[in-house]
Amino acid sequence: MNTTELFDHLSEKLKSQFGDDFIGGEIQYDFPVLIVEKKRIIDVLQFLKTTPELNFNFLTTLCGIHMPENKGSELAVMYQLHNMVENWRIRVKIFMEDGDTKVPSVTSIWPAANWMERQEYDFFGFKFVGHPDLRRILNMDEMNYFPMRKEYPLEDGSRDDKNDKMFGR
Amino acid sequence: MSTHNHLIKPEAEKEYNILNLGPTHPATHGIFQNILKMDGEIIMHAEPTVGYIHRAFEKIAEYRPYNQITPLTDRLNYCSSPINNMGWHMTVEKLIGCEVPKRADYLRVIIMELSRIADHVICTTIIGQDTGATTGFLYFFQMREKIYEIFEEVCGARLTTNIGRVGGMERDFSEVAWAKLKIFMVEFPKFLKEFQSLIERNRIFMDRTIDCGPITGERALAYGFTGPNLRAAGIDYDVRVANPFSSYQDFDFSIPIGSNGDTYDRFMVRIQEMWESVSIIKQALDKMPTGEFHADVPEFYLPNKEDVYSKMEALIYHFKIVMGEMDVPKGEVYHSVEGGNGELGFYLISDGNRSPFRLHFRRPCFIYYQAYPEMITGGLLSDAILTMSSMNVIAGELDA
Repeated sequence: MNTTELFDHLSEKLKSQFGDDFIGGEIQYDFPVLIVEKKRIIDVLQFLKTTPELNFNFLTTLCGIHMPENKGSELAVMYQLHNMVENWRIRVKIFMEDGDTKVPSVTSIWPAANWMERQEYDFFGFKFVGHPDLRRILNMDEMNYFPMRKEYPLEDGSRDDKNDKMFGR
Repeated sequence: MSTHNHLIKPEAEKEYNILNLGPTHPATHGIFQNILKMDGEIIMHAEPTVGYIHRAFEKIAEYRPYNQITPLTDRLNYCSSPINNMGWHMTVEKLIGCEVPKRADYLRVIIMELSRIADHVICTTIIGQDTGATTGFLYFFQMREKIYEIFEEVCGARLTTNIGRVGGMERDFSEVAWAKLKIFMVEFPKFLKEFQSLIERNRIFMDRTIDCGPITGERALAYGFTGPNLRAAGIDYDVRVANPFSSYQDFDFSIPIGSNGDTYDRFMVRIQEMWESVSIIKQALDKMPTGEFHADVPEFYLPNKEDVYSKMEALIYHFKIVMGEMDVPKGEVYHSVEGGNGELGFYLISDGNRSPFRLHFRRPCFIYYQAYPEMITGGLLSDAILTMSSMNVIAGELDA
């Protein structure tokens, strides 16, 4: 099955299973991208994992995305699943508003999601509901902002030891 | 025996020791902290802390043009940095839709397999070192030096190589590099064989490593294992075969797998993979196509320095590339390569600007290291050290 066929097949499946909670999708290079409602993400991933015919049993990675320009759905989380037997790879995405960062945790489906979700919490501030131990993982615990969000510059803005009057930075 | 039973305290009155293993413990080969709850010599609970060398690569990458991200990837798994470099180049090539000539692919395959050998040399000798077999570490380790000499000849650097360019290699291999590679191909199998005969069937080594830190295939998949550690647990997943990149489909090689997923299997899988790498390099040398060593994509491929000084077009392109003024298509792309530790993935979102909008690294170490507490709980402290070195956790990749 090539990417287009896989995409059509999965869209049909998700449409019949989840109705309007399956929002749509597109093909990005060699990946079918499926967009679903945030509140159903666990059901969708569970469905993709446990349906024998689909069998997406490997969580390759997950990551957050912050798009301040994209009003109304500034934040996104993408999950990348892999069916190793058929070698199908797909990406599932959920979008949410900036103020509403509660995301159902998928640690109950894959223990591998534990640290991945902690990392995205650390970077973007997603509150993964149902996560057993949601703490910062790479940055220090005292950090009071979420550094990967676009409003934060690369360097700490509070530093005054670098003078850019002459040469710029 | 029974006369001493009164000395064993009931569960409720038991006192446990808290042992802080790390952050800089000489036996952990890197900055890893584990807070262990010990019942005598038995580990009851482990709590790893990571992030000691976090350098915010994903953030820095959002501020760098594409060519300047390669040095960041060097510092992920610094034991096999060329694979990371190539993975990044291939990701960008996929984004811009660039077809790389066969010769460049084959040169890349040689470099990648050499660095896989270097990575596995480190891991296997360190397993030996941690079991007390120092000879391997001191003797076999010189092969890594030979590999680094080849890298030095190809790109000028040894550890953090920054090798290759978007679109191919920065230059063809020099005569000296070919000669060194030829000598290496003769020498290395002898060394590997010797190392193998020294350790592999050694009774002490086997007793020490078999059933040490085991994981089942099912748990390994649930924890997102990839690479040699997953294969040691009996699952034959290899990105080189599943999604062949850089013309890996042209080569004939097999994927060694283990059955128990313990330290011994992880060791053996890596040893066998070195043999496969040797065979791949041999095939690449035999079948080396002639032609260009880079694709014809002047707007992305950094031109030759001599041309920059003498040709106007080259100077223009050089300036545009260095300043990050290339036309990058919009889109999001994921590309993964089989790194020394497993599937190293790059998830790149481009909004058409000079630097990525978002770049996420799928670092195999980071994902499988979370299974570590489960693997060592109930075992001995000395087994925990061995399990960590056999998982080949690299701090740079763990913390990005």
